[in-house]
Amino acid sequence: MSTTFTPSAPVRNADVAGGLARRRKIADAAVRWFCIGATILALVFLASIIVTLLWRGLEAMDLTIFTDEFRPTTYGDPSAQKGGLLHAITGSLMMVSLATLIGTPIGLLVGTYLSEYARGSALGNAVRFVSDVLLSAPSILIGLFIYQLVVLPMGGFSGIAGVLSLAIIVIPVVVRTTEDMLSLIPNTLREAVVGLGAPKWKMIILVCYKAAIAGIVTGVLLAIARIAGETAPLLLTSFGNNVVSGAMTRAMASLPVTIYQQANSGYPDLIAIAWSGALIVTLGVLLINIAARALLRNRG
Amino acid sequence: MSTTETNPALQRDSGNASFGGMQARSEVSINTTARVSIRNLDFFYGDNKALKGVNFDLPEKQVTGMIGPSGCGKSTLLRVLNRMYSLYPNQRATGEVLMDGKNMIDPAVDVNELRAKVGMVFQKPTPFPMSIYDNIAFGVKLHEKLNKSQMDERVEWALTRAAIWEESKDRLDRSALGLSGGQQQRLCIARTIAVRPEVILFDEPTSALDPISTLKIEELIDELKRDFTIAIVTHNMQQAARCADQVAFFYLGEMVEIAPAAQMFTAPKQKRTQEYITGRFG
Repeated sequence: MSTTFTPSAPVRNADVAGGLARRRKIADAAVRWFCIGATILALVFLASIIVTLLWRGLEAMDLTIFTDEFRPTTYGDPSAQKGGLLHAITGSLMMVSLATLIGTPIGLLVGTYLSEYARGSALGNAVRFVSDVLLSAPSILIGLFIYQLVVLPMGGFSGIAGVLSLAIIVIPVVVRTTEDMLSLIPNTLREAVVGLGAPKWKMIILVCYKAAIAGIVTGVLLAIARIAGETAPLLLTSFGNNVVSGAMTRAMASLPVTIYQQANSGYPDLIAIAWSGALIVTLGVLLINIAARALLRNRG
Repeated sequence: MSTTETNPALQRDSGNASFGGMQARSEVSINTTARVSIRNLDFFYGDNKALKGVNFDLPEKQVTGMIGPSGCGKSTLLRVLNRMYSLYPNQRATGEVLMDGKNMIDPAVDVNELRAKVGMVFQKPTPFPMSIYDNIAFGVKLHEKLNKSQMDERVEWALTRAAIWEESKDRLDRSALGLSGGQQQRLCIARTIAVRPEVILFDEPTSALDPISTLKIEELIDELKRDFTIAIVTHNMQQAARCADQVAFFYLGEMVEIAPAAQMFTAPKQKRTQEYITGRFG
């Protein structure tokens, strides 16, 4: 450019500027205190939940909780044998791990399809939409679905039905995180892999999964955390059981349903055991969440 | 090394008609064999025609530089040569890219075999999230079955040829992501030559690097042309002048002119070429 353009400086009006500055300061302080206030309010609720949970949960917490199954109420008789939650803990562990084993590969493959094969395609968009709807669907609907599909034909509640309903909840969580994590991989990396003469499936398995592994595992952990606390679908599928049992075709106990049942029993000793169960579920989910966060932070 | 050897593509009147070179070619003596011959190449992004009737040759074991303003089609052309465009729907090429008498953009030609013959180095370094050793071995394993000692040998050879062996030999088992940008780019070059391609495509290989790393890559390209046929897209005209034996100038999807580097930058035939290399547009 041959000529240079010099803009004249804007005129500054001291009064207007001063008034504006004052108003901005007030607005700034107001927004700040609203945010801080809202945060404190949320923290108060959260803290009171945690304190209550610890207080009531530790009341009946002892080794028996982890070694004994359900026993009827002692009616406050100190000589009577107190029960535990072993049946619920084993039931939950079995159903949650099986549901994860079934739901994860399906979710992983669907997420891979969305990210690597169906980007921008109509079918891909439809699948993504359905998966997102499923992600936010009330879990009792999934329970009802499995009730119709599995419980009624089989003629009764079963561990299998519980596993299936939990697996359906796992799938959309894993789909979402897998697709998101794979989408973060730059296309230049994909081009570099196929540029060496690699077929697409090798590109996905050997490089893309490797680059996204921390995020994908995090998604699976979050899905486990989610189903570990699910109650509604299990009420309609695995229902409950009072003894330690590995029979998948029979009704099976789980921590959330046992908490629900014993908390409703009206007997103080059973209610105390329910609180212990709630504490165990919460600590377990907390641990999984911490593991997921640690994995995400160390990514790459 | 002679840059004055005659090349059929250099003699062509490529100013306006894409077929203009056809009669000219038969009249000149061929001193360098064409490793890749591009004939009547058109390329489309959807309905948008990005390359219009491009004709020229990549002479064997020489460096062909491709210059031109952004969007002129030079990178697009590079991505046709190894069919990278086939990753994306809506992108298609018509015409011929001949190697050993076969049209490499014909879908009947196996794309992975083509890419084993025509390697590519990208603008940004793209190390794989694995060890330095595995980065090199990855491509080799796709095409050859080597035992451990053969693979060790190949990895050392590739890293040596890419001038990064000395820096990496003590940390072959460490992640390639820990290397500096310039080292990563040389690793990517090593990875590409480890497959032992015949042609290497460089897509602005130094635009993300500092001047010293750039110099190393340019020296490397000069070294590599002893064994490989090279095509390099660059925005940097000094780079084209330093690295290339012949230079092609692209504008609006057409190849306007192709000439030996010395002639291109001192006495271009076309007005548009002259305007571009003297910095009047682009």
